[in-house]
Amino acid sequence: MKNNSKIFQLVLNIVFILFCLVCIYPFLLILGISFSQETDVAIYGYRLIPLKFDVSAYKYIFSNPVNIINAYKVTAIFSTVGTVLSVILMSMIAYPLSKKKLKGKGKISIYLYFTMLFGGGMIPTYILITQYLKLQDTYWVYILPGLINPWNVFIMRTFFARLPDEIFESAKIDGACEYYIFCRFVLPLSKSVLAAVALFIFFSKWQDWYTSMLYVNDDNLISIQYLLQRIMNSVDVIQQTNQDIGISKSVSITVMPAETVKMAMAVIASGPALMIFPFFQKYFVRGLTIGSIKS
Amino acid sequence: MGINKEIASRKKIPKKNKYSSDDIQLYTLCIIPMVLVFIFNYLPMAGIILAFKDYKYDKGILGSNWVGLYNFKFFFESNEFLKLTRNTLLLNGLFIIAGIAAALLIAILLFCLRGRKNIRIYQTLMITPHFISWVVVSYMVYAFLSPQHGIVNNILENIGMEKVDWYNTPMAWPIILTVSGVWKNVGMDCIIYYAALMNIDSALFEAADVDGANTVEKIKNIIIPALKPLLTVLTILKIGGILRSDFGMFYQLTRDVGALYDITDVIDTYTYRVMSVIGNLGMGTAIGLLQSGVGMILVFSAHYISKKIDSELGLF
Repeated sequence: MKNNSKIFQLVLNIVFILFCLVCIYPFLLILGISFSQETDVAIYGYRLIPLKFDVSAYKYIFSNPVNIINAYKVTAIFSTVGTVLSVILMSMIAYPLSKKKLKGKGKISIYLYFTMLFGGGMIPTYILITQYLKLQDTYWVYILPGLINPWNVFIMRTFFARLPDEIFESAKIDGACEYYIFCRFVLPLSKSVLAAVALFIFFSKWQDWYTSMLYVNDDNLISIQYLLQRIMNSVDVIQQTNQDIGISKSVSITVMPAETVKMAMAVIASGPALMIFPFFQKYFVRGLTIGSIKS
Repeated sequence: MGINKEIASRKKIPKKNKYSSDDIQLYTLCIIPMVLVFIFNYLPMAGIILAFKDYKYDKGILGSNWVGLYNFKFFFESNEFLKLTRNTLLLNGLFIIAGIAAALLIAILLFCLRGRKNIRIYQTLMITPHFISWVVVSYMVYAFLSPQHGIVNNILENIGMEKVDWYNTPMAWPIILTVSGVWKNVGMDCIIYYAALMNIDSALFEAADVDGANTVEKIKNIIIPALKPLLTVLTILKIGGILRSDFGMFYQLTRDVGALYDITDVIDTYTYRVMSVIGNLGMGTAIGLLQSGVGMILVFSAHYISKKIDSELGLF
């Protein structure tokens, strides 16, 4: 349905440009604040474009970067390992489910998809992980729960089911077993959907703050997002105590540029994920589109 | 008789090699994923018995005393029950309607647009918010709403209005949460509608052009009917999840401020507090069970109602 009238297209483009500005405005805003001067923020409030360009917030953060580097390392490790394991294991169950003739396929599907409808809930899961599996304060607590996501399995299965049958048939005539077909044909032919799912998992792992809040007491094992959450609260605490004991605002600001530091931390925590995302966006949309349609 | 026997014996032959070696290989592929699902999804279901117990750490799950339906009764009779149900249903209902409407609208507009390059740029920018955590979004919301420095209060001050202490104004939060939720998810959600639109046979639109149909008529007579099955499935799934809230959104954006609980406290945030602050694991489990059980009933009801209306629709 392409309405070709020039005015119509122009109006549509303007609508989308405005909407996209709305989408990225908050990013630019925190970026702008993070490069502002603390005194300007105190006097004029937050502004999109800094009155005076200033990097002292970043200087402050990188004067003692041990926590951040550590949290980065932890997040990068569990995101990468979790993504790789998750994609491999999900494709292992998605491939059999994509076979039309497999006996018991229905039962396996119900076994898997039932977990989307019903679950034990937050507390039984918490007790299982902390008291029986003893995963708290390990990398595994970030990785193992949620390795198999039924929705992603469903997307992969749909994609596998649409691969041309002839390839498998001829490989079978040549005596190939299912493991061989899976590794040599199915996985390489499905790169686009595997890449899309992998990116999706990686970015959602990168956003994880919940696991740290619930299961991790060891400060050396918290994720970058949880560190960010804690900073938000602790900066508040520092400011509050400064005001309580009567230190004037200007003094507390020279001690710590609280407002700009907060926003600089937010930039640092979300930065890398956002930088690499546009390069992969193409695979992402294509893979998800192919997988989710025709179901 | 003879024929019947013959049929019976024929049927038996494949039963002897019930599973071919291919099948067995396929089953072995499934084993590890299925074990993981068992451990992390099915084992917690056994923990549901906690809902009927007065859990004590030292006595363990099995050793704690049975209390029957006491945990449920306690929850139903507390002041929290009505408030939580109201907040959860109203807010999630609002999110579902706003979310679907916005995603549908943007997908249709995107579908009307010409030019591959700009479509891709718009899509990229619209999806970007999906890839930041609720923690970072809470910083952004704070940049807008901070009582002293926030953008919104700056604007209010400039046009001569009173500053508002947003983190102390519960009534504003349904809108704040809805806007944040739509902002974060709409780019992602509209992909699936957009894909479904791309799948419509273009001959339909050409025929409509020949008949002289305008854009609104095309939307009404071609696009909406084509999207109906997908819309139904997604709506059923959303209705099934209406009692489950996006914990990150509620916990981070409101910064867990007590002054907002009246409006923004939902079942998930309450359960978390029951667990971490109050420490009543029995009642927390009971609430989780109610949430999951009622959610499942809702999915099936929505499924059967949509089947009744149109047998083509529904989840399966």
